[in-house]
Amino acid sequence: MSEKILTKRFEIPGYRGTLEEYEATGGYQAITKALKEHTPASLTEMVRRSGLRGRGGAGFPTGVKWGFIPKDPDLPKYLVCNADESEPGTFKDRELIMRDPHQLIEGILLASFAIGCRTAYIYIRGEFIAGACILEQAIRDAAARGLVGKDILGGSFSLDLHVHRGAGAYICGEETALLESLEGKRGLPRLKPPFPATSGLYRKPTVVNNVETLSNLPHIVLRGAEWFSSIGNPKSTGTRVFSVSGHVRRPGIYECPINVSMRELIFEHAGGMRDGRRLKAVIPGGSSVSVLTEQHLDTRMDFESLATAGSMAGSGGVIVMDETTCMVRVGEVVSRFYHHESCGQCTQCREGTAWLHKTLRRIEEGRGRTADLDLLLDICDNMKGKTICPLSDAAAMPIESYLKYFRDEFEQHIVERACPFGARVGAWARPMNGFPA
Amino acid sequence: MTEETIQHILSRYPDRRSALLPLMHLYQEEAGYLTEEIISQLAGRLGLTPTQVAEVATFYDMFRLKPGGRCEIWVCHNLSCALLGAEQVIRRLEEALGVSVGETTPDGLFTIKRVECLAACGLAPTIQVGPDYYGPVSAKDVGELVARLRKALVDSNQQPASGGRL
Repeated sequence: MSEKILTKRFEIPGYRGTLEEYEATGGYQAITKALKEHTPASLTEMVRRSGLRGRGGAGFPTGVKWGFIPKDPDLPKYLVCNADESEPGTFKDRELIMRDPHQLIEGILLASFAIGCRTAYIYIRGEFIAGACILEQAIRDAAARGLVGKDILGGSFSLDLHVHRGAGAYICGEETALLESLEGKRGLPRLKPPFPATSGLYRKPTVVNNVETLSNLPHIVLRGAEWFSSIGNPKSTGTRVFSVSGHVRRPGIYECPINVSMRELIFEHAGGMRDGRRLKAVIPGGSSVSVLTEQHLDTRMDFESLATAGSMAGSGGVIVMDETTCMVRVGEVVSRFYHHESCGQCTQCREGTAWLHKTLRRIEEGRGRTADLDLLLDICDNMKGKTICPLSDAAAMPIESYLKYFRDEFEQHIVERACPFGARVGAWARPMNGFPA
Repeated sequence: MTEETIQHILSRYPDRRSALLPLMHLYQEEAGYLTEEIISQLAGRLGLTPTQVAEVATFYDMFRLKPGGRCEIWVCHNLSCALLGAEQVIRRLEEALGVSVGETTPDGLFTIKRVECLAACGLAPTIQVGPDYYGPVSAKDVGELVARLRKALVDSNQQPASGGRL
């Protein structure tokens, strides 16, 4: 079993993530060390050399992102921690916040020092009430010890840190929508450029980093960029906290080297398939990415390997489906989600997500037409690469992949005028009165 | 809501409009939903028009513009939960409470709401009530869950607060 980094403390019996427990296990030594030994530039360089890439979904190199921030010390800058975890199948940030909030706070301190900001916000999804309370308490505890606030650890670095709750909108995980939301507006993504690094929160230079990304920083500072980059492969370094759900024996979060194989993750860590059934499909990086099948089980979970296999590493949310799963129904559920969450700014997305859902629902209910399959692909084609933010692509790409690997299943629904799975599988059956559109 | 609370929230942001979501959460907790009076009051306070406040209130799923039950039961119907029987859970919940999704029980205690992924897929199928997560919930657990929530509501006259595995 490989070494755990971010979730190592989770294995200490009785560990609850209090300030005392965190400090007793080496916590806040990284910020102490960084304030003594690093300049913002050398810390940024260290993170760049570590190869750390964003764990929210896009996988952008963290040190490079920080490097885009203007160096002008008089210019206000902001760090925003993206804790809006909403990508279906992803639940690792929730665990990182609940079980070790100070690890995240220390990461925020390090990132804020590196980019030279004095105010940071944690934007946490509104439903995550317990997480917001835990973070607020942890910030109060850290402030009482001089770790947050003015003149941190007696030095000249100061940081105000606030928790800001969202209110239930998937789109606010997109960084510019998140910034709009933090400004008290609807979460409508902004046209880029300008990028947040030059014009972000309140039009000031802003870095938005994910919870897991930030939680890696204390470890990189203490153990070095070379140690970190020795885990994984040259382009994808470190570990990843994978969320595994669906038809596995042990759903949960599993921290593994980022290039662990899909087979090891599902069959060793998550215990394999439930009820001795056969694996049919895996969504490897949250519902926005293309599906993979049994033939891809030896694919590694790093950014490049999954891209080569035709999917994406995304948020690390791995949804596993067994042979009893109807892929048309999966498409119906997934497209319903994007239809509900589309912000409505761009026509291609607003209309496309609705059409996808309507068409998939029709096929699943046995009312599909032969032409519907080409129609679905045509809608997807019109949705991709044409909108302000990636939600439209995220809605289209999965559906294309379901059709690519399971076209015969779609055709069977149309020919038989019914879902061939409906009657067989109790847990998966649809309610007879249908779904709300 | 005290003036002190409002000032405390405003002090976190260089631009007062940023206080809109936090204040809407607080007002909703107090009043149960965002009334027209609250929306006008917030607009005045933050230098916005009531329309600007209302467009934000309607954009986000968590804000209510009409009264609901004292306890909202959120049932995730997204993929990981659906794979493991969320639809059965919803049907059973509707039967147990005698109302459909979106409706409130006649005693004013419960409203059932379908929600998107709650980031708790390891507990799928998941139900969230207030800050608490319940899961994995099977259709046969629903009766017990409802009884537990009802007892907590009646006993304490407050939000139930005891999540956990069923």
